[in-house]
Amino acid sequence: MARTDAVWSEQGTTPDAIEAATRELLIEAHAEREEAVPARVLNMIVFVDLDWTGEIANRLRGVGRYHASRLVVLAYEPKRERLDARVTISTDDPASPGEIAVLRETVVVELGDRHLDDLVTIADPLVVTDLPTLLWSPHGHHDIVEDLIPLAQAVLIDSVEEPEVDEALDWACTLSDRAYVVDLAWLRSTPWRERVAAMFDPPWLRGELSIISKVTVRHHPRSTVAAGLYVGWLASRLRWQPARLVSHGGSLVGTAHASRQDVAVRLQVAPELAVPGLEGLTVETAAGHMLRLDRGRGGLRAHLAGPQVVSGRKQQTDREWTIPGASRGETGVLGEGIRQALLRDPTYLPALQAARSMLL
Amino acid sequence: MAVAAGRPTQRQQPENPLTAGLERQPVPPTSMVIFGATGDLAQRKLLPAIYNLAHDGALPERFYLVGVARKEKQDEDYRKECEEAIRRYSRRPPDPDVLKGLLENVRYIPGTFDEGAVYDKLGQQLGEFEQAAGEPLNRAFYLSTAPGFFPVIIAKLGEHKLAHHKGEEVRVIIEKPFGTSLEEARELNREVLAVFEETQVYRIDHYLGKETVQNLLAFRFANGMFEPLWNRNYIDYVQITAAEDIGIGSRADYYDKAGALRDLIQNHMMQLLCQVAMEPPVNFTAEEVRNEKVKVLEAIPAPMPADIPEMAVRAQYGPGHAGGEDVVGYLEEDGVPPDSTTETYAALRLDVDNWRWAGVPFYLRTGKRLARKVTEIAVTLKPVPHLAFSAEGSLGVQPNQLVLTVQPNEGVSLRIGAKIPGTRMIIRPVNMEFLYGTSFLSQSPEAYERLITDVMRGDPTLFTRNDEVEAQWRICDPIIKSWEATPGPLPKYEAGSQGPAEAEALLRDGDSWRAV
Repeated sequence: MARTDAVWSEQGTTPDAIEAATRELLIEAHAEREEAVPARVLNMIVFVDLDWTGEIANRLRGVGRYHASRLVVLAYEPKRERLDARVTISTDDPASPGEIAVLRETVVVELGDRHLDDLVTIADPLVVTDLPTLLWSPHGHHDIVEDLIPLAQAVLIDSVEEPEVDEALDWACTLSDRAYVVDLAWLRSTPWRERVAAMFDPPWLRGELSIISKVTVRHHPRSTVAAGLYVGWLASRLRWQPARLVSHGGSLVGTAHASRQDVAVRLQVAPELAVPGLEGLTVETAAGHMLRLDRGRGGLRAHLAGPQVVSGRKQQTDREWTIPGASRGETGVLGEGIRQALLRDPTYLPALQAARSMLL
Repeated sequence: MAVAAGRPTQRQQPENPLTAGLERQPVPPTSMVIFGATGDLAQRKLLPAIYNLAHDGALPERFYLVGVARKEKQDEDYRKECEEAIRRYSRRPPDPDVLKGLLENVRYIPGTFDEGAVYDKLGQQLGEFEQAAGEPLNRAFYLSTAPGFFPVIIAKLGEHKLAHHKGEEVRVIIEKPFGTSLEEARELNREVLAVFEETQVYRIDHYLGKETVQNLLAFRFANGMFEPLWNRNYIDYVQITAAEDIGIGSRADYYDKAGALRDLIQNHMMQLLCQVAMEPPVNFTAEEVRNEKVKVLEAIPAPMPADIPEMAVRAQYGPGHAGGEDVVGYLEEDGVPPDSTTETYAALRLDVDNWRWAGVPFYLRTGKRLARKVTEIAVTLKPVPHLAFSAEGSLGVQPNQLVLTVQPNEGVSLRIGAKIPGTRMIIRPVNMEFLYGTSFLSQSPEAYERLITDVMRGDPTLFTRNDEVEAQWRICDPIIKSWEATPGPLPKYEAGSQGPAEAEALLRDGDSWRAV
């Protein structure tokens, strides 16, 4: 359970004063409770419209142990003239007596248009030196992200939140040139990627990766980019040459060229899906196998059909089962996004580039 | 069971290009059988670990579980027991749908472990799982029973043709203790290897599944600054401590037969010693890592009877105080014979006779009812050759000490000398600290989650090989035999204290035990 240990606030303040106050609060917190020590994992800078600060705070509160060690929220209100700030130090109570209690810092700075030109000089003194910094601007503001990116090693985005597919993919590519991109649209599909990788892992099915003939991805109406990234991942991992998809009957359809045959690709809207991301996918092979995964309670629902050699005889199999796994929810996805800032997934960028070839 | 014929085996398969970049790698479809399914270990550790793997989506695509134990009960009753154990001991509240899905594939077979019918039913049940899955499944037999049953179960698995399964992998997981003496360990190895190949055998030491123990290798071999110092030229002595503040609880029956040396030193603490002292492996494959650990154990001379009083100390806790309460001594604990001579404290001084460590003592100590719970490795460096400070300024200068804490407050701290702020040059020791809790976002998985996954994936790196376990016993066995031959009254230490004063006698002049 997180508890607030100390708070400092000041109106008409400066970055130096905020930094000094944060340092002082940490020293006091440690002096009061010897077991309280500051977390030193990750800085996170969030640029957010002031009116939405509460909503973003709620989302970040839900990430629990994935809370950045120092969270710097730059709350933007266009006409604001004065720099106001509030610093909060909170801890998780130690698991048992004698164990450490980890301190985390949240710095909220309210600022206006007049501060934007020198935003780096406001944010820079507030992050902990030598820790990686993750930058997130959940309400767009690409220009601000461009300004702040020199401070960051990773940028958090959600490609499905961009109004247009092409803008989303272009923006992700642009950012990838300058920092490591953590895309929530990509992370939502992690279980789907793991499961297809696992389903094709048994020796008797692995060879069929080279003869995949058709891929259908069913997705939330606003998650075309997520579906594109998924097929882009398959294309980049399996060395397909993707081609542009075209609109047909409410879906996007097209062909990717594999070394042995063409792969029919369909991105199909699932209007009934209430949450962003994928609703299901089907992979078919030239050997007649069909693997289907769908969202289900307590995990993904798997369906495998096709020929199988059983006791020396070829016969048709058709099986369904549930692959256990708890839903992470949107809060879990955001927490995973923060954690991923410390890791590096080499498969995202090739998937993104392949998705661009299909969707632009 | 209908099994696919003429298909490539797991060892022949081409690389799976879809696994790149994934944190969770595919785990082959598996049926797991827990012998001793209603026991404490299964309830507290194994079932919660399996649930948490399911929660994280880290179980295989197809996973089935069979519990085998003596008590008569139906599948449904056992599922309820599993559910209760998971709800009680899981590190997070279970998701009802995930739990339900997991329990649907759980079965129970009642019977004694020497009963042939149990294995007939087991074979049949495993076949039914494969029928349901529509494919052959790897098999993992987890021996979570009293050690006396290990040979019985192994032999029965062999007799009933369950030790091998067409093209699929069959593995056996054996809990500690692996024997209670060198002779027993050798005999058990013979019995196990008469049925299984060594590559199928996973002797578990759950310490190796702990993140902090695994981090020892990262710490040593991923940081250029320590390895040049990691030898007899710079290191004065090494001290490994596994202290517990609790008594034996309800484990008198086991503990009074085992004692501190068998309970912790022969396995866990020897593993820690190996991780500290081993040479860098050529790579981190299971065989290379285990080869290097065995070399360390082989470099430790087996104690000669005449030397044992000088290199090993044992003691028993007497009445004292713990957590603000009066507590009884070992001999007054429930279930302990009043004339027991089982040690609750053991300390050893070992030499690793090789080029790197010649002349550096390794002190190992473990005990129940000590002042505090802590497991740590303290590496004390040699003092600086010359102190140029004034006599008063030099008083606080102490040798650097590197402490790797396994639990609690997992991390690494380095003691260095620093000037006290002021107008004079006066030195005192201060600590530079790395703490897991402050440096990572992720929660460490339970050791059993990692180890069960490794078994299913066929990675034996964190398991003890047959020659390794025998090498551990070769060191501990002469001490146990010597102690058994001289049972006399044991030195006592007060519960809640630092341990017996006799332990000081193991230390060289100038060396000291760290405060527990």
